[in-house]
Amino acid sequence: MFRICSAEWLAPKVRRFEVEAPRVAKHHKAGHFVIVRVGESGERIPLTIARSDAARGVITLVVQVVGATTEALCALEKGEAITNVVGPLGKPTDIEDFGHAVLVGGGVGTAVIYPQAEALKAAGNKVSAVIGGRSKEYVIFEKELAQYCDAVYPCTDDGSYGYHGFVTGKLKELLEDPNEKVGAVLTAGPVPMMRAIAEVTRPFDVETIASLNPIMVDGTGMCGGCRVTVGGEMKFACVDGPEFDAHAVDFGELADRLTSYRKQEGLAWNRARDSQACDSGEESRCRARAMEEAAAKQ
Amino acid sequence: MKPSERMKIPRQEMPELDAGVRATNFAEVNRGFAPAAACTEAERCLQCKDAKCIAGCPVGINIPGFVEALANDDLNTAADILLADNMLPGVTGRVCPQETQCEELCVRAKKGWSVGIGHMERYVADWARMNRPDLFEPPPPTGKKVAIVGSGPAGLTCAGELSKRGHAVTVFEALHKPGGVLVYGIPEFRLPNEVVEAEVETLRTRGVEIICDVVIGQTYTIPELMDEEGFDAVFIANGAGLPIFQNIPGEQLKGVYSANEFLTRVNLMGAHDATASDTPVIRASEIVVCGGGNTAMDGVRTARRLGANPATLVYRRSREEMPARAEEVKHAEEEGVVFQMLTNPVEILGDESGWVRAVRCIRMELGEPDASGRRRPVPIEGSEFEIPCRVFIEAIGTRANPLLTQTTPGLEVNKWGNIVIDENNATSIAGVFAGGDIVRGGATVILAMGDGKNTAHSIHDHLMNGIAGAAAAVAAESAT
Repeated sequence: MFRICSAEWLAPKVRRFEVEAPRVAKHHKAGHFVIVRVGESGERIPLTIARSDAARGVITLVVQVVGATTEALCALEKGEAITNVVGPLGKPTDIEDFGHAVLVGGGVGTAVIYPQAEALKAAGNKVSAVIGGRSKEYVIFEKELAQYCDAVYPCTDDGSYGYHGFVTGKLKELLEDPNEKVGAVLTAGPVPMMRAIAEVTRPFDVETIASLNPIMVDGTGMCGGCRVTVGGEMKFACVDGPEFDAHAVDFGELADRLTSYRKQEGLAWNRARDSQACDSGEESRCRARAMEEAAAKQ
Repeated sequence: MKPSERMKIPRQEMPELDAGVRATNFAEVNRGFAPAAACTEAERCLQCKDAKCIAGCPVGINIPGFVEALANDDLNTAADILLADNMLPGVTGRVCPQETQCEELCVRAKKGWSVGIGHMERYVADWARMNRPDLFEPPPPTGKKVAIVGSGPAGLTCAGELSKRGHAVTVFEALHKPGGVLVYGIPEFRLPNEVVEAEVETLRTRGVEIICDVVIGQTYTIPELMDEEGFDAVFIANGAGLPIFQNIPGEQLKGVYSANEFLTRVNLMGAHDATASDTPVIRASEIVVCGGGNTAMDGVRTARRLGANPATLVYRRSREEMPARAEEVKHAEEEGVVFQMLTNPVEILGDESGWVRAVRCIRMELGEPDASGRRRPVPIEGSEFEIPCRVFIEAIGTRANPLLTQTTPGLEVNKWGNIVIDENNATSIAGVFAGGDIVRGGATVILAMGDGKNTAHSIHDHLMNGIAGAAAAVAAESAT
């Protein structure tokens, strides 16, 4: 069992945990993820590691309630424990000096870019972060990112805070600004967002890396459930990734495969919630669609 | 009893659940011998002086010895003899391909039916598990620490053998439950989890430490285990690894699984029972599984139990070439699995929403023998046809997992990524040994156990006498 040493709500339905996992904390690098399981009947789900503190032996996880498992996880409090935490898994981010690296995070994907910002800064980059949320209360990790970033650009759909619009709009501004000289873009978030980011950077021919989040079971290459198509080749996100060249990823296929269990997930969630209605999953999908459409228009 | 009398006894049949009933549940198919049948079967053994059967056993069980004790109704002695050579007899009694090992070499197989060694092994193991405490007395500790990577059959066997010699053993398991392929791969109806759990528990009470949720190569590297964690030797038995896909169009459609994923969802995660598990699995009335080995059989029989009718198995060669155990093929057939032999998938077809709707196959015929000695299947031009299905499962093999090897500098692997070992199962790194599927590239439970047992001898020699193993010695020599 892996004890939770702190738990707090960062935004509606978004929770941050510090979890005692000394072995994971010791070996964590930017880009790594863990697989967790909640309860003896729980499923295994991948979560990215937002931070680690090897000295204290803890890792930080950021979790959004999107289904039965994440809801059970977010119901846990300080002092309780997560049944299983295994990792760090995946290959770490390839950290290079790109000159100016722009990180784009959407939703809990913002937690993925946080350790990347730290590592890229340490490697000598100018680092900017573009982070998005529906409105001000959904913008997370702004203060934390500011520790390592030369600039942080929060974006909100409703204009309640920062840039009024999607992250893609702000990113395009940076790419078009000759003073910014963007050398690389690293992105993590919902699939439609990453797909839109890839389309925004493609005409600028800027290296773009996306952290993918396909369906996974074991996380060690054994099941092949996380297979994605990159440059026409089958790759396993857990052992070959999770980060890939965003211009080569078949995002349409990834998005479609992520819906494989929508029917069962709905049932499980209803069971877990005593059929209480919840729309946040649907809502974020609608938002992602709007973002994609907006990017297509740009 | 005279040999002529023994020869007259017919082979005792294994009682089985009714095929119609078992095709709808996950209860164990083979029910095990009744006491009288076990003794009668034991009396069929001719107690050959030069017992050929032992040579057919990868862990070298004293087969005539335990069978004789069983014939004398001395189950205690039978269990002692069996357990002396085999750490997991309840497992092997159920899943070994006896017909190509011990039972194939039995003299009685030449004229009629071999002695039912596997069924008796299971009987004695089950009796011991349920009727007597573990009589193990720990030897004095040697003070040596050994790390074992993977808690599958090779790792558990090696752990047991090393603990018998007084070494402190820690087994690292990547999943949340020990057992490796015995719990994620082999279904309940063939090997109930409680059998594996009991055998794992025995090792724990003998002092073997098993730590789950640790992926060697990620959570720790091999050099760290040796240099920082204080292990004197390491045995790598992390298994076969990554499932192979055929590289045909349509493999990214929803409803396509590797057998590993499908079986893991059901066996390890319990997805067949939605009231007891949060893990989903896609059910369909029509399922096709591709392959001819035990994994394919496990997949198609699991699909049948999840309600598929028809559950179809396609295999590119003919039934004679199938590598699966004969009993699995028989059971699958009885349970209503449809066999399409000499048939190879060429494309998976999807509907407008991205779900599998059918698999397009081509008929094959057998040509000249290939490198494996089996006749090579050749496609028959123009014979394509479709089999409707909503789930398609590929069970055509695995390739080596790169997680551990790519983080272990100096560990020699072959062109397929499998670890290279010498005759002592030593790798190119001193003190590091390997066995099971990460070396063999996909074999059986019992061969992995044989590797675990043989490697335990080598590790013991290495720890007590400093024999580093030929490969490391050669490496050291060439370095000087």
